[in-house]
Amino acid sequence: MLPDKNGRFNGFGGKFVPETLMSALEELEKAYKKAVREPRFKRKLDELLRTYAGRPTPLYFAKNISRKAGVKIFLKREDLLHTGAHKINNTLGQILLAVRMGKSRIIAETGAGQHGVATATAAAVFGLPCEVYMGIEDIERQALNVFKMKLLGAKVIPVYSGSKTLKDATNEAIRDWVTNVRTTHYVLGSVVGPHPYPAMVRDFQSIIGRETKSQILKYEKRLPDYMVACVGGGSNSIGFFHAFFKSKTKFIGVEAGGLGLATGKHGAALCKGKPGILHGSKSYLLQSKDGQIHIAHSISAGLDYPGVGPEHSYYKKIGRAQYVSVCDKEALEGFRMLSEIEGIIPALEPSHAIYYAVKKLAPKLNKNKIVAVCLSGRGDKDIDIIKGLL
Amino acid sequence: MNRIDKKFRELKKKREKAFIAFIMAGDPSLGVTEKLIFELEKKGADIIELGVPFSDPLADGPTIQRSSQRALRNKVNLDKVFGLVKKIRPKTQAPIVFLTYYNLIYHYGLEKFVSKACSCGVDGVVIPDLPPEESKPLRDIAGKNNFAIIHLAAPTSSRARLRKILAASRGFIYYVSLTGTTGARKKLPLEISKNLRAIKMMTKKPVCVGFGISSPAQVAKISGAADGVIVGSAIIKIIEKNRGRKDLVNKVGNFVRRLKCTR
Repeated sequence: MLPDKNGRFNGFGGKFVPETLMSALEELEKAYKKAVREPRFKRKLDELLRTYAGRPTPLYFAKNISRKAGVKIFLKREDLLHTGAHKINNTLGQILLAVRMGKSRIIAETGAGQHGVATATAAAVFGLPCEVYMGIEDIERQALNVFKMKLLGAKVIPVYSGSKTLKDATNEAIRDWVTNVRTTHYVLGSVVGPHPYPAMVRDFQSIIGRETKSQILKYEKRLPDYMVACVGGGSNSIGFFHAFFKSKTKFIGVEAGGLGLATGKHGAALCKGKPGILHGSKSYLLQSKDGQIHIAHSISAGLDYPGVGPEHSYYKKIGRAQYVSVCDKEALEGFRMLSEIEGIIPALEPSHAIYYAVKKLAPKLNKNKIVAVCLSGRGDKDIDIIKGLL
Repeated sequence: MNRIDKKFRELKKKREKAFIAFIMAGDPSLGVTEKLIFELEKKGADIIELGVPFSDPLADGPTIQRSSQRALRNKVNLDKVFGLVKKIRPKTQAPIVFLTYYNLIYHYGLEKFVSKACSCGVDGVVIPDLPPEESKPLRDIAGKNNFAIIHLAAPTSSRARLRKILAASRGFIYYVSLTGTTGARKKLPLEISKNLRAIKMMTKKPVCVGFGISSPAQVAKISGAADGVIVGSAIIKIIEKNRGRKDLVNKVGNFVRRLKCTR
């Protein structure tokens, strides 16, 4: 199974970080490998996920939207998890690991604030001080999550440099880690960054797909024909897809089309980018002709990132997944549709996936097809943005 | 022989330590950078480290981040910096090494980067986000062209890692004085000398120290145990403060002379 021992997914991935961090990555990899072999670690994490985070999450047959789409649409309800998104699957795992490694301080980056809230939550449970880097633009558009993090006892550090969003929050978190590497664990929030993060975060998130698999087999006695999920860094999608890798199920990753791919203002690294190196790994990237990293754009802070996890680049390379994009306007339509027809207010990120599944994919399929969509988070955090737009 | 190796051999003969000065190409402008290179050499810099600006310099603190941003606003890219070095090469034999991040080189093409660098008279490159595990493709090309890929060693590097770094590095080893990003510090870790002695026992290659060094006293102290010191942010601060002034080049020159004199 990939990655290989160098942290490569068929050429993508790797460890492109300052030397100061290399020992910490080796230590993390060792600790992680050891932990996953121990039944006690697994039991502890399973129990936390079940009794604290609220797993398993339901796989819901969305009959109203299915009727509209003309296919069977199932929603994996990660939005029902504690803190409102799939992010908690990863942060609980990583904090358990940090405690084992004897780290006394936690840092994280956040875009939409969902990962920040999930990290602050897990840090609170284990009594660890937590600092979260967040771009000033995201602090403004996700005020609710900023307030939540503060309530949870975390310190939110505004980032004013560069894009003022997730990309630069990640730069600052890495700079903090370089400085405090001996005492601090960096809880990276997606399947990006240097090895072992992409593999470790995928493993923590792959519970989404494992549950989906047993649930759909129970309801439908077969696997879905399609699985659709949004892709920013790509953790909910990889977590959703991974258990189905060897099956015939088709994967569709939906990237942020922003104002439209032609405008250059989007977050579609796989659709429009080129391979390059950012934040410690080789993967598809939005970059200029000189190799400078472009600033991404998306209505959803969680997809507002110029890079993508290396395993997605691998899926693209071998043709295992298809990557498409949905623009801001269409995502809003997906948001309204799910709220009005199904009574579920989704986050703007999975609204991209909803729109694609219902409006773009379903019309091409005949009606006995099964489409599973990962509803990675709920929309509470986006209410202020939406209020301004509708 | 590469100009870097030649320089260290010369210095050894004179029982001197290398003083390496860092400036960002294109901050405040490529024209001023050209003048600064000559001034730095005149005032005692043995090696010039020339930054090529990258949008996401994650090993750099605020001073060099701002410098990169100013250079990027001037639309500086690899080709322009190659052009600058080519232009000045007939007039100076000071070793020039680039400092930049791997994406720029990867995007440019490894072969093309090394061949262009060599033909323009660049002697080596420091890439903060390229550890020895990932540098083999570039090292293989550089080795054939006598171009130095300078690797970094850190206070957190284990002995096993140091062995890899020392074996991979050409020109010199860039020892990072502290856990952190670049930027002037009032105090430096006490264990620098001890760590340096341990590294010096493991290699015959020159070991130079950078990150945080900003005062004549710090230069003097660290020069004792190292083969050279690198000063960056402290010089950039002077450039930043005196942007647009006629005496900018002089001011930088005076500062460098003070740093160099103390040894």
